[in-house]
Amino acid sequence: MLDPIPSKPATKPNSNIAVRLLDARKVFAPGDVVAVDDVSLDVPAGQFLAMLGPSGCGKSTLLRMIAGLEAPTSGVVSPGDAANRGEIAFVFQDAHLLPWRSVLANAALPLELRGVPKAQRIETAMHTLHLVGLSDAVNRYPAQLSGGMRMRVSLARAMVTYPRLLLLDEPFAALDEITRQGLDAQLRELWRSTGMTVLFVTHSIMEAAYLAERAIVFSARPARIVLDHRLDLPSERAASIRGEPAFAAEMRVLFDALNGGGR
Amino acid sequence: MKKARHWLHAVLPPLIPAVVVAVALEVLVRRGIIAPYLVPPPSKVFATLLHDRDLWSAAGDTAMAAGAGFGLSVIIGIVLAVLLASTRWVRQAFYPYAVFFQTVPIVAIAPLLVIWIGFGMETVITSAFIVSVFPVVANALTGLMSTDPSLRDLFKLYGAGRVATLLKLQLPSALPAIFTGLRVAGGLAVIGAVVGEFITGTGIGDVIIVSRQQQRVDKIFAGLLLASGLGIVLFGVINLATSLTLRNWHPSEKNG
Repeated sequence: MLDPIPSKPATKPNSNIAVRLLDARKVFAPGDVVAVDDVSLDVPAGQFLAMLGPSGCGKSTLLRMIAGLEAPTSGVVSPGDAANRGEIAFVFQDAHLLPWRSVLANAALPLELRGVPKAQRIETAMHTLHLVGLSDAVNRYPAQLSGGMRMRVSLARAMVTYPRLLLLDEPFAALDEITRQGLDAQLRELWRSTGMTVLFVTHSIMEAAYLAERAIVFSARPARIVLDHRLDLPSERAASIRGEPAFAAEMRVLFDALNGGGR
Repeated sequence: MKKARHWLHAVLPPLIPAVVVAVALEVLVRRGIIAPYLVPPPSKVFATLLHDRDLWSAAGDTAMAAGAGFGLSVIIGIVLAVLLASTRWVRQAFYPYAVFFQTVPIVAIAPLLVIWIGFGMETVITSAFIVSVFPVVANALTGLMSTDPSLRDLFKLYGAGRVATLLKLQLPSALPAIFTGLRVAGGLAVIGAVVGEFITGTGIGDVIIVSRQQQRVDKIFAGLLLASGLGIVLFGVINLATSLTLRNWHPSEKNG
């Protein structure tokens, strides 16, 4: 499998479970809307998992439960509690930066909230901004950036704590295709060089197939697992892989599951 | 050079209507179409503005009182909004009384203030404060309550406490709304001060009352111009503070 890189100390072996869901269920009170229906799932540490499903199917709720931002109505969600929060980072659908802060201060925010000394947090934030290719923009403000650059700041902000678990909720959905493919490549590179576990919610089949090692397809609301599929693609993925027959075959599998489980 | 031109573009357009109206009035009054005891010729108002020393010292008093009342509104209004935003029951218990401050007619309250506080500047300041505090509270509260929920989640995820969330997220996000409230409050503070002065017999308010008794319409007009001038200066100061604070981030300040 993949070698964890030296930028972060190699931690637990890959056989460890990073995320575990056991009959996780979420019902929202007004109208008793079932968002997530008895989902069970184990995600090994270090895996890149794509979670695919129709819009509004409850996959975002699932992600929020894993982050501990929402409690399950019944069942078990781990980590899902404050004890492990230090290791979790979350990337939202839009960049959600603080507009009054420079790029650097935005990226350093998580460290600031945790009380890390200033010199150290600036150094770390500079490093993660470098990783996403924003070294030249550290003193600019969000209003002066393009949508893609803002999303990269958001990514750098998530990486600044060197999380063991990175949760992304349709992060690049609002971007144009070319920007999005660039960010996908960057995210995959980050994952490969850190060995973190990544859960990526998306409704794009192509994005899921390009990014992940394993893809889970959910039904329409309430979210139930209709397919748990290991993607048979090389771990070295150039942008051009999207044109290859093996890639098309994997997309077909996901497409069938998505449409079969839709209604 | 370019800057001077920009300044000219900003100042010239609003001056044109003022000059046109002034010239028209001057002509109408001099030809006897409008009686001079109803509307004074603008030239006379100008002369009064230039030469009347009482007027300017009265304006100084009004400016001090309005400024102090406005300052109190800013500080107390924002503190109140933070308290109201912090807990639901506090908001439910006290917000109706904040609305009361907006609806109470200051003209009716001013005599009470004189009984309670006396004829000094404190009464005028209190009057300016009462009239101008509500827009600060209401706008700051709206701003504090409409923080981006995803950013709240982010702060929660990184274990930020209430104070850190307030100082690093809620208050800065509320700044545009707070400045909107201040712009409204600035004008109201001048009105509140002048109304207070009607009762205490000081400042521009007193000048206007006394001039009416003396049939000095020109002096009433001069007083009016000074009072609205005060409001405009306050408005300008607030606008300057707004654009200095928000210049980097808020869309309303871009390409302004």
